[in-house]
Amino acid sequence: MSLTGALLYLNDVTVTFDGFRALNGLSLVIEPGEMRAIIGPNGAGKTTMMDVITGKTRADRGEVLFEGARDLTRLDEAEIAELGIGRKFQRPTVFECHSVFDNLLLALKGPRRVWPTLLASLRGAERQRIHEIMEMVRLRGLAAEIAGNLSHGQKQWLEIGMLLAQDPKLMLVDEPVAGMTDAETAATAELLREINHTRSVIVVEHDMAFVRELDVKVSVLHEGSVLAEGSLEHVSADPRVIEVYLGR
Amino acid sequence: MIARFFLAGLDRRVALALIAVLAIGTVVPLLNLMLPASHGLHVPDYMVALIGKYLTFALLALSVDLVWGYCGILSLGHGAFFALGGYAMGMHLMREIGPRGVYGHPVLPDFMVFLNWKELPWYWHGFDQFWFAALMVVLAPGLLAFALGWFAFRSRVTGVYLSIITQAMTFALMLAFFRNDMGFGGNNGLTDFKDLLGFNLQAATTRAGLLAASSLALAFGLLLASAIVGSRLGKVLVALRDSEGRARFLGYQVQRYKLFVFTISAAMAGIAGALYVPQVGIINPGEFSPANSIEAVIWVALGGRGTLVGPLIGAGLVNYLKTYLTAAMPDAWLFALGGLFIFVTLALPRGMLGLLDRKARRPRPAVADPIPKAAE
Ligand SMILES: Nc1ncnc2c1ncn2[C@@H]1O[C@H](COP(=O)(O)OP(=O)(O)OP(=O)(O)O)[C@@H](O)[C@H]1O
Ligand SMILES: [Mg+2]
Repeated sequence: MSLTGALLYLNDVTVTFDGFRALNGLSLVIEPGEMRAIIGPNGAGKTTMMDVITGKTRADRGEVLFEGARDLTRLDEAEIAELGIGRKFQRPTVFECHSVFDNLLLALKGPRRVWPTLLASLRGAERQRIHEIMEMVRLRGLAAEIAGNLSHGQKQWLEIGMLLAQDPKLMLVDEPVAGMTDAETAATAELLREINHTRSVIVVEHDMAFVRELDVKVSVLHEGSVLAEGSLEHVSADPRVIEVYLGR
Repeated sequence: MIARFFLAGLDRRVALALIAVLAIGTVVPLLNLMLPASHGLHVPDYMVALIGKYLTFALLALSVDLVWGYCGILSLGHGAFFALGGYAMGMHLMREIGPRGVYGHPVLPDFMVFLNWKELPWYWHGFDQFWFAALMVVLAPGLLAFALGWFAFRSRVTGVYLSIITQAMTFALMLAFFRNDMGFGGNNGLTDFKDLLGFNLQAATTRAGLLAASSLALAFGLLLASAIVGSRLGKVLVALRDSEGRARFLGYQVQRYKLFVFTISAAMAGIAGALYVPQVGIINPGEFSPANSIEAVIWVALGGRGTLVGPLIGAGLVNYLKTYLTAAMPDAWLFALGGLFIFVTLALPRGMLGLLDRKARRPRPAVADPIPKAAE
């Protein structure tokens, strides 16, 4: 029943909160291997869109298909995660009481059911993979550090590392560079491009310099639907986009 | 394999506590039975009963810590699981009385004869067998916890709302057990026990044996709890306590993990109750009183939640105080308890052992926020 070769296919998705339409007939197609940047003013529905894809919020109407066949609107968060969709929250969310190592260990693709996790013991391959990831997200040497003690930027990176550990097919990244220095922002852009070599990524971000650096197709969300789509130059030239977002 | 599972989570502090618990379980009975009453180190019989009781409270505290300290489920109903285990044991002890009751009925316990009942209710069958009663000690609280948890965790009831549900559960059970027609002895409960497994419950040797059994149960509970929290599953528990959403989006079915610990913990509380009843000689609906469950939470808070060992100390300390104060100044006890609770919340949000951890800067799964969050 695969209608398209698309990895993610949102069609006419509507979400209402007490009569207010946070998403309004939103349609979006992400191809396998693609990286897409989503921009738009505050309250445009960017986070809500991620909530719908990951099962946190139920759509009132519309369909969300993953890999052409799986209807995500019928699954819960854990099932969707198991299908291969990872998510980074807008506010960095890591397990504050656990060490960096344990945060990554829990994220690592592996047992998710009660009895297997009860009996799981740390394997050499797991340890190695965790150290690889710590290297990638610049947390080398911090294995034993309690996550709650990390800086804001380090927490953002740890969360991205956890997504990597999860090894998803699609990564949803909500405002990864909020609160980062310019150097960290540039490094994050590089990291996301690297990650994109092996999986699809959707990035929500306000930081235009960062979006420019990513150099990928951009969708502009406004009042719960897509206002414009194309390269950053293309959408920045669109008068409607300038009016609602860039011009202010 | 099994040995490795149990030993993997063992750290120095838990090992020390294990040794202490087992030492109490051997030394106290020996000093009681072997030394003459005139000897300076002789432990009098009433102390044996007291310490035995404290050990069962410590096991209850441990079960509360497992769900509250490591999984963030603030249960205000663990007293109910404790009481259910106690009733299961009490029913066996009643059946053990046999024809030796006041009315001399061969099967029916005295209170049933008194109520003019002609035959044993169906749910009293099987309790004449010790193994059956022992099974029920674990099953009755375990199944109740499973059923309650199934609905609550699936509907994502968390925080204060969950606490209220558990508190309502124990309150409802108290009212139910107060009724004579429930068949559990009404407000008098079950008492006048004679013997257990053929041993006279009044005998000093039996009392010493019960204390030893309580210490063994506590030691085993501690070993199991430390194995659970030391396993990867234990890390998942702490993870979902601190960020349930993050755990879900990583693919963990949070409700199953909660159900797992909640059920195990309830069974543990049931065992504690079962050991408590023969040592105090009575079980009545007062054990379901909501205040009991809250008191158990205070033991844990005082000792340090999320430390396993702290709650044992908390249970011992508070109950020692209680024994002392209720004798010395009966009216002062509730004020002391209330004051203690306020003091702990304000001055020791991580309890006594939490304080130690902070000083030693130990990378323990410290508690993120002492007040449970309301449903998100
Ligand atoms: N659970 C909720 N209940 C009610 N309203 C909500 C809820 N979640 C989001 N909204 C509203 O829906 C709209 C879209 O919110 P959303 O968080 O998706 O915006 P956003 O594009 O991510 O904005 P920002 O750039 O500020 O993160 C906002 O007006 C918000 O107030
Ligand atoms: Mg947002």
